[in-house]
Amino acid sequence: MKILVCISKTPDTTAKIAFTDNNTKFDTAGVQWIINPYDEWYALVRAIELKEKDPATVIHLITVGGADAEPVIRKALALGGDEAIRVNADSQDSFYIASQIAAVAKEGGYDLIFTGKETIDYNGSAIGGMVAELLDMPFISLAAKLELNGTAATLTREIEGGEEVNEVSLPIVVSAQKGMAEQRIPNMRGIMAARTKPLKVVEPAAVDALTSVTSFGLPPAKAGVKLVPADNVEELVRLLHEEAKAI
Amino acid sequence: MSVLIFVDTAEGQAKKSSLEALSYGAKIAEQTGTAAEAVVLGAASEDLAALGRFGVKKVHHVTADVFNNFDAQLYTKAIAELATASGADVIVLSHNLNGKAIAPRLSARLKAGLVPGAVSLPETGGAFTVRKNVFSGKAFANVTVNTPIKIVSLNPNAYPVTETGGTAEVVAATVQANEARVKVASVNRASGEVPLTEAEVVVSGGRGLKGPEHWGIVEDLAKVLHAATACSRPVADAHWRPHNEHVGQTGFAIAPNLYIAIGISGAIQHLAGVNRSKVIVVINKDPEAPFFKAADYGIVGDAFEVVPKLTEAIRKLKGVS
Ligand SMILES: Cc1cc2nc3c(=O)[nH]c(=O)nc-3n(C[C@H](O)[C@H](O)[C@H](O)COP(=O)(O)OP(=O)(O)OC[C@H]3O[C@@H](n4cnc5c(N)ncnc54)[C@H](O)[C@@H]3O)c2cc1C
Repeated sequence: MKILVCISKTPDTTAKIAFTDNNTKFDTAGVQWIINPYDEWYALVRAIELKEKDPATVIHLITVGGADAEPVIRKALALGGDEAIRVNADSQDSFYIASQIAAVAKEGGYDLIFTGKETIDYNGSAIGGMVAELLDMPFISLAAKLELNGTAATLTREIEGGEEVNEVSLPIVVSAQKGMAEQRIPNMRGIMAARTKPLKVVEPAAVDALTSVTSFGLPPAKAGVKLVPADNVEELVRLLHEEAKAI
Repeated sequence: MSVLIFVDTAEGQAKKSSLEALSYGAKIAEQTGTAAEAVVLGAASEDLAALGRFGVKKVHHVTADVFNNFDAQLYTKAIAELATASGADVIVLSHNLNGKAIAPRLSARLKAGLVPGAVSLPETGGAFTVRKNVFSGKAFANVTVNTPIKIVSLNPNAYPVTETGGTAEVVAATVQANEARVKVASVNRASGEVPLTEAEVVVSGGRGLKGPEHWGIVEDLAKVLHAATACSRPVADAHWRPHNEHVGQTGFAIAPNLYIAIGISGAIQHLAGVNRSKVIVVINKDPEAPFFKAADYGIVGDAFEVVPKLTEAIRKLKGVS
């Protein structure tokens, strides 16, 4: 069994969001970088659990990014995984990134390709589906559970107002969300081991981006809160009804 | 040239998020002087001609049984085939749970740039540019699509359902469909409940409610408002509430008309998922809770006293007993 886990580097959830170069670039000054939480907590940990059940399982991690992505991928290796691949390219375009992952995956012959539900910076939720299409594989999106029985996979995926159980044969692409696994903290042994795990750098395939970000902006700030005394909920109801027209 | 809109259905009925997509797609067609057409896959229990009231001229209906269950790959192939046949240069879907599975596949299949989770109509004068949320709602990006065919998946609750009147021509369409590779073994949809991501009003509870046994007051308030219920991450982590109620940076991002936060402190990660709500009400006993800075209305007080009173006052307003 061979698993590929897609790892993205994202700003820490408390990072200050600001832009430079006439609002065309994210201001990375002082930003702490983390593994995208969905990739780490759900996709990677579930892959590690599968390897714990079946030690013959091989886990590869992949990231598309510059050398500055290496500390994050090492951190992922400290949690688990056998080796990592970094495709040496910087891009914001989902199709470009997905094409790089698909090119590596095609060579690797993976049974299971995991992504997180979405990245917390671009919020595209697009990489997994694109990789699946490029590799002609089924894609189970927003999966909260995955069980394997040989090459038969049973997954629970979110639907509006409920969930759906899917049965499908490997190979598949899965985007993982809450429920799939529980967050883990890397231990000292893992951190030591990660230092010597192979991290292969490959050059990107020639692919054209399909989209580009022309500018960023910040939403307007709220005008300020109107406080209503706790013993006068009727006033809140009146404001919501007459002023905000929200009820 | 035309705009093709995928209509996602549940039990044969178009989802509200798809009605938004229809309205949005029809508006793009109007803006660009082309026609809007829709695609429905699988059995439909509603009058498809009536989808014309949202501004679409034609509905392609593929009734093959294989589409009665959701398989992103088959759906993608069908939509791509119909888009090519109808010469569509803009494809619109909802960025709902199925849309998130189909839109990226379509993009890769057609080599057509995708804007996932659009929150505005495109600018179509020169370049085709659409606004989307980034950094989990803390910022937005204007994304330009550089390919002849453009795909936009529209965030739920980002564009109003708009009826312009009219009837659509319904055409039975066939596509090349293989067998589904994904077998849907069971569907478990809570009936009567409002899906969180589609809800206009959301009532949300945090750790301030002390334990799952206290959720009655949240549910009662939600009921009178016909609202969905949500919660903060620690509440879901502690299994007080199901994980599909978790909103925030690492849960669902929602943008209802009204979000009522009860006993939630307003951590930056929580705000990231809810700050797109049009009106935010915060009920918290701590006047220093950061949530008040992001709120429109607030009550400093004990949730266990305030919330039942609020429910009662709304019940009176709505004239329900
Ligand atoms: C990487 C990362 C990702 C995260 N993602 C998310 C996310 O997606 N969503 C999320 O919600 N959190 C997320 N968090 C957690 C977040 O930082 C906060 O810890 C969390 O939102 C706090 O939840 P809370 O407001 O329910 O609890 P608390 O912070 O404990 O706040 C409880 C509040 O209830 C009030 N209260 C207590 N008793 C009463 C009463 N009787 N009446 C009224 N008010 C009362 C208190 O004054 C307090 O403000 C994330 C954290 C990290 C590090």
